[in-house]
Amino acid sequence: MRALFANRMRVSFVVLGSLLILFIAWPLLRTVTASSPAVLWQTLLDEEVRSSILLTFYASLIATGLAFFCGVPLAYLLARVDFPGKRLVEGIIDVPIVVPHSAVGIALLMTFGRRTLLGQAFGLFGLRFVSAAPGIVIAMLFVSLSFLVNAAREGFEAVDSRLERVARTLGASSWQAFLRVSFPLAWRSILSGMIMMWARGLSEFGAIVILAYYPMVAPVLLYERFESFGLHYARPVAALIILTCLATFMVLRMTAGRKGEQKRKEA
Amino acid sequence: MKGCGSVQVRDLWVDLEEFHLRQINLNVAAGEYFVILGPTGAGKTVLLETIAGLFQPCKGHMLLNGEDITDVPPERRSIGFVYQDYMLFPHLSVAGNIVFGLKLRRVGREVVEERVTEISQLLGIDHLMHRRPGTLSGGEQQRVALARALVVEPRLLLLDEPLSALDPGMREGLQRELARVHRELGTTTIHVTHDFEEAVALGDRIAVMNEGQVVQIGSSEEIFRKPGSEFVASFVGVRNVFRGEIRKREDGYEVLSFNGVEMAVVTNLVGQVHGSIRPEEIIISRNPLRSSARNSFHGRIVSVMDRGTVIYVTVCVPPDFTCMITRRSLEEMELQEGLEVYIAFKASAVHVF
Repeated sequence: MRALFANRMRVSFVVLGSLLILFIAWPLLRTVTASSPAVLWQTLLDEEVRSSILLTFYASLIATGLAFFCGVPLAYLLARVDFPGKRLVEGIIDVPIVVPHSAVGIALLMTFGRRTLLGQAFGLFGLRFVSAAPGIVIAMLFVSLSFLVNAAREGFEAVDSRLERVARTLGASSWQAFLRVSFPLAWRSILSGMIMMWARGLSEFGAIVILAYYPMVAPVLLYERFESFGLHYARPVAALIILTCLATFMVLRMTAGRKGEQKRKEA
Repeated sequence: MKGCGSVQVRDLWVDLEEFHLRQINLNVAAGEYFVILGPTGAGKTVLLETIAGLFQPCKGHMLLNGEDITDVPPERRSIGFVYQDYMLFPHLSVAGNIVFGLKLRRVGREVVEERVTEISQLLGIDHLMHRRPGTLSGGEQQRVALARALVVEPRLLLLDEPLSALDPGMREGLQRELARVHRELGTTTIHVTHDFEEAVALGDRIAVMNEGQVVQIGSSEEIFRKPGSEFVASFVGVRNVFRGEIRKREDGYEVLSFNGVEMAVVTNLVGQVHGSIRPEEIIISRNPLRSSARNSFHGRIVSVMDRGTVIYVTVCVPPDFTCMITRRSLEEMELQEGLEVYIAFKASAVHVF
């Protein structure tokens, strides 16, 4: 603690940095404390609010699961193999971070809309994207998968490839070497990538609002309450969303963090 | 244990971005301890990894017990590998590391326990089984890595610079350990090193590698007495190496006897050993010297080699001792071939290993 104030430069840096922290914390705190606990309770009893929050959570969970199944193999390849066009692939993975999310919504609508090839193909299996939960999932998937792939890639890069080679000489096939050595060693990075991705998915609004306004996810519901009833009615909904997201995120980060620390201590 | 395979490498070419191996030919007999000696960057590790099946050669064949294994994936070759920095699995305990290979083979529980006990006792690591690799010393990690490779009874054991990550004090002990383990299990072993003395102490035969090629194969004697090329001569260096037996003399001092010559030495090793004396440690004189040097022999100069600033003079006692002197000494003492001289060196100048 004392090291923070060791000299004048550090003191001024502390002041400047604190401004940023305050800038994040103050509005959130203001929103959360603006509504009385009774009003928050009332809001929680609102069926529409509850189902929208649940929908947000589980849609983002599915998106994270999909990204896990395709993204972990991709991350492994990016960490281990040099191939022509690798830079391009890495660039594509990062694109969703820079493209405005409303534009993502339009792009997805043009690809998975009802009249499109893919839209009709999936329609045969009864899967509809426009104004349906699957649309929410793919919108979340698109805008948040970079977090998982990049974290997993860094995790695999930190695993010495000679560990896999030793496993091979001990009788492990390449699948077994991956499942018993590389994956467990990269798991912490992958898990933290999954948490980040899931959290990013929860907060998505722009792409979802275009592709699937209904059924309403929490951010869309909040937007609608604000547009139709004004700040006063939107306030408790915002507070509730902030609280649930923060609580879940903190619990996840703490459990993941503690596991990692235990491992480090043992090692 | 049954780990005893002969290895043939025929016209092997490997082409990686950083390393290239050119036309490697090796014949390692079953049960042999074979050492590959060469400077950093000679491609020694790549050669081992190729033999283990971790890299695909672009040309050539590898045979294990006469069976062509060139296209066999590493997990079906039964070739153990120990890396320089051990590469223990950090997420598994010592026991978890050792049973890794056995678990993949679906060996019965009793067999697993029996083999793990046997190998961990052999390597003196049975008290470490529940520790994590990160908490072990370098020497302990080395033993665990060896146990992990040996417990599956490989037909061939590959050791990549197994001693060079250890501090010097520990290195000597583990070097003896490697020799003992090899004696007891008889596993055919290929050991890569850049250290000449390590190669001499362990290797039945030595292959010298440089720039992706094997430049000489032979016994350690052949390598340092008859270096086949300028490179081998300068890499090995000019030195006096003797293989002999350590005995305790009546006066309580140790002597190394070799070809009837007894050299006083300082060591706590016993039995068959090597001794080496650097050429600059040997003093030449025209008359017998009274000095503190415990070793003094009479001999005849058999060759005078001019290497520019220094001169190498070989004196036949026998055996031959090569001494390094300056040009000025040569001129002042008027040394030449055929001259009878005395040589002297301190007991502590003999490095026993």
